[in-house]
Amino acid sequence: MTPETDKSEPVLQIVEVSKIYLMGEVSVSALRNVSLDFRSGELVVLLGASGSGKSTLLNIVGGLDVPTSGRLLFRGRDLTLATDAALTEYRRRSIGFVFQFYNLISSLTALENVQLVTEISRNPMPAEEALRLVGLADRMHHFPAQLSGGEQQRVAIARAVAKRPELLLCDEPTGALDYLTGKLVLEVIERINRELGTTTLVITHNSSIAGMADRVITLRSGEVAEDRRNTERLSPSELSW
Amino acid sequence: MKSLTRKLFRDLLHMKGQMLAVAAVVTCGIAVFVSMSSVKYSLEASRWNYYNRYRFAEIFLQVKRAPESWREVVSRIPGVASVSTRIVTDVTLDVPGLDEPATGRLVSIPERSEPQLNGVYIVEGRYIDPDMTDEVIASRPFMDANGLKPGDHVGAVINGRWKELRIVGSGLSPEYIYEVQPGSFFPDKRRFGVFWISRRALESALDMDGAFNDLSLTLAHGASGKEVIMRLDQMFARYGSLGAYGRDEQLSDRFISDEIKQLGTQITILPAIFFSVAVFLLNIVLQRLVSTQRDQIAVLKAMGYANAEIALHYLGFALVPTGAGALAGSLAGAWLGTRLVRIYGDFYNFSELLYVFRPENLITSVLLSIIAAVAGALLALRRAVQLPPAEAMRPETPALYRPGVLDRGGFGRRFPVTVRIIVRNIERRPWKSALSVLMISMSVAILIAGRYSYDAVDRMSLVEFGDKHREDVTVIFNKPMPTSVAYQIASLEGVLEHEYYREEPARLSFGHRSRRQTLKGLPSSEGLQRLVDTRRQRVGLPSGGILLTTKLAEILGVKPGDRLQVELLQGSRRSAEVPVAGTIDEILGLSAYMRLDELDRLAGDSGALNAANLRIDPAREQALYREFKHMPGVSGIMMLKALRSSFDELIARSMTTSTLILTTFACVLAFAIVYNGARISLSERSRELSSLRVMGLTKGEIAFILLGEQALFCIFAVPIGFLIGVGLSVLLSMALSSELYRLPLTFSPANFLFASGVLFSVAIVSGLVVRRRLVTLDLIAVLKTRE
Repeated sequence: MTPETDKSEPVLQIVEVSKIYLMGEVSVSALRNVSLDFRSGELVVLLGASGSGKSTLLNIVGGLDVPTSGRLLFRGRDLTLATDAALTEYRRRSIGFVFQFYNLISSLTALENVQLVTEISRNPMPAEEALRLVGLADRMHHFPAQLSGGEQQRVAIARAVAKRPELLLCDEPTGALDYLTGKLVLEVIERINRELGTTTLVITHNSSIAGMADRVITLRSGEVAEDRRNTERLSPSELSW
Repeated sequence: MKSLTRKLFRDLLHMKGQMLAVAAVVTCGIAVFVSMSSVKYSLEASRWNYYNRYRFAEIFLQVKRAPESWREVVSRIPGVASVSTRIVTDVTLDVPGLDEPATGRLVSIPERSEPQLNGVYIVEGRYIDPDMTDEVIASRPFMDANGLKPGDHVGAVINGRWKELRIVGSGLSPEYIYEVQPGSFFPDKRRFGVFWISRRALESALDMDGAFNDLSLTLAHGASGKEVIMRLDQMFARYGSLGAYGRDEQLSDRFISDEIKQLGTQITILPAIFFSVAVFLLNIVLQRLVSTQRDQIAVLKAMGYANAEIALHYLGFALVPTGAGALAGSLAGAWLGTRLVRIYGDFYNFSELLYVFRPENLITSVLLSIIAAVAGALLALRRAVQLPPAEAMRPETPALYRPGVLDRGGFGRRFPVTVRIIVRNIERRPWKSALSVLMISMSVAILIAGRYSYDAVDRMSLVEFGDKHREDVTVIFNKPMPTSVAYQIASLEGVLEHEYYREEPARLSFGHRSRRQTLKGLPSSEGLQRLVDTRRQRVGLPSGGILLTTKLAEILGVKPGDRLQVELLQGSRRSAEVPVAGTIDEILGLSAYMRLDELDRLAGDSGALNAANLRIDPAREQALYREFKHMPGVSGIMMLKALRSSFDELIARSMTTSTLILTTFACVLAFAIVYNGARISLSERSRELSSLRVMGLTKGEIAFILLGEQALFCIFAVPIGFLIGVGLSVLLSMALSSELYRLPLTFSPANFLFASGVLFSVAIVSGLVVRRRLVTLDLIAVLKTRE
């Protein structure tokens, strides 16, 4: 069940992480003793049904939430007990998020949505270039309401990669999209991973997407059920569901 | 421009209606603050400037007649800087173009030089010629009101002799910034004027060679006025002194000082109300904003925006409208200030009415608006900062509804669903609902308080010119007359009823408190002049003691039954203990009444009369006026009708503007609160309302749900607003009441009708605006968006 050993340094290490939510008088274990390493340049697909704990894991990896127990190490630095300010800095410098519902700021144009990130990053790529990368050079002055779902998701990807993050986290990036648009968005994610070498974590319940990954992790009831490597990465255009 | 700033401005534009409402409320608050402060500063500066340039005295003393040599003696009193003596007398005037007689106050001035104290500012024309004893400088308001110019003549009866006075200039003096006839409270510019005339002319006309009857002085720096007043009282008792007094008892200064003090109170109360409303509006608008933008906040946090950056961003939503309001309010306030100062210029005669706009005012306005912004945004900012990003990604949990009072009572089922939704929504957030009702009622309250002054002044006019007086004219004698004067007056053709009263200047003391006060002796309280209190209740004239104005009793610290030490300041100068027989809550001034026969006994003489109240035959009016103009022994005539119309005109001019401003601002307030309430409600519930529409409810039904709640708030707000309005009026009446007058507490039904009318009109307009949005609600889009 363990993947082949990779000699490169892990970008992120999760060590025996558990997360327990208190909902009224009931406590719910969202994650139980999860340990994982993510290596530089990897494209990882994290599979799991709804309630399997994948969003919780993404939130912890992204510094949006903290584990109840266990440790989180980013490039060897322990983030488990990091302050709110340190987590903010971590997200600001190292993490790019892509959400299922795009979460664009509706009052800003595509370009401005990307600039929102480039303005606070240390060494960002020009916002225009990020949009060109996702194939939206000619739509950059449109507001979210003037863009299709796929275009909005590509803006969200441009926004996430513009800061040149070390870790790109995509939460159900095709969840709100139709088949063809979904594939288009996956192609963009794959290209970013390939061309920029950004470590990418795609969370989905759609197991057909697993084919495009270097590595596939399956979560079930808050535990790692499977962690395997694909012998060959498929191009998103070859996927079907 | 940073993207976040751009987002701020675009979002602001998107919610422009609500933001304009907040800005408008702040504008009103700042405008009131800036305009009233600048009026206050302007009056203070104009007064200071005037008093200094024209050497206004600090201590005043009137005597019957004292030798001029005493001037030197007074100047040697320690603490006295300079002394000036004069002759002052009141005379009847025949003014061209005026049927009735006017009253002139003749004030002597040196022939060759400007007066040492209480200088005269020559507005037009020139100073008197030393060799011409008939030349006078007349007060400008009197000249303007009568259309007189330098070169015109007025006739006067001085000491029983007719004299033609030639006006050579118009002037003003710091002594008469508020120019009223003695015994009156309101200026009647046509019928009372001050005339400056050569000392020599008055000396010879009044047989006052080498003597004076009026002394004024200034104090050396740090000297005690009390000490000097005491010395003067000792020195001049034998010369018929009426008691020396300081500026605080000088009528004109008193009026201005009270006005300035009242402005100070208004500067605090009114803007405070507007600012608390602005804070409330910001609070609900921003809380709603943070709640609708929770996913955006989450994404900003996920991108790495720090809490401080996010808080600052949302603070911007409060700072922009309050800042804009502060700017607009300062400009509007500065402009309003100039208009208001001009209105005050009609009331008060300054040599130069300075308009002072202090830069500190601007700074205070900006500070106030920042404080309001922070206070209004605080709760919303806390929510934005504390929002855990992971949680913010998820939709808000549905609001918790429980069976409310209506459900528990089992009444719920009897009402249609739409009504149940309204009631549950109110029940779910009782505090927010209560606060909304409270804020709406604030606008009703301001409307009530704003128009309360109308009712109060109406009552004032009704009591002072109606209930209290049945006479047409009051003839004032220039010295106490023997009672036989009554026969003389009664014999005049056209006099239908006549009544006399006596006035004795006195000092009333109780314990360590004492007060100079004229005792008024009336034959009864049932004759031409009556005693009426602020509630329009007739009060009888008690026998065996003094009846005091409640305020005067308060100042002296006495209650009915206490024994007052009364020291008469004229004639026999007798002193006696007199019991306080009762108090009367009067509107104007301070008074002490006695029965005429008791006052005569107290004075220990056979009786004297100072004035006559007359009811006259309208057909003989003109002829009687002609007779009065030439009658010796008469120093002035007061005509009730003329006083009333001058009062009404004055009040109409000054109050219409300020009440109009306040009413407009209260309407803005009402609109801002009601409109914002409906908009927030629409934003919170557009999803729910769309679902109801999809399920088949009509546009009318969902409008009923949304606007029904607001309508209920308004209905509750009306009676509460009435109560707060009355309370606010009580505060205003206390703040505006002084020794000079008390604002009676009275409310006309029209006031309440107007306030509720304004509220409901505003509610209907904002309801229509919101309904238009409701009708165009895009059902699909609303349902597709994530809450």
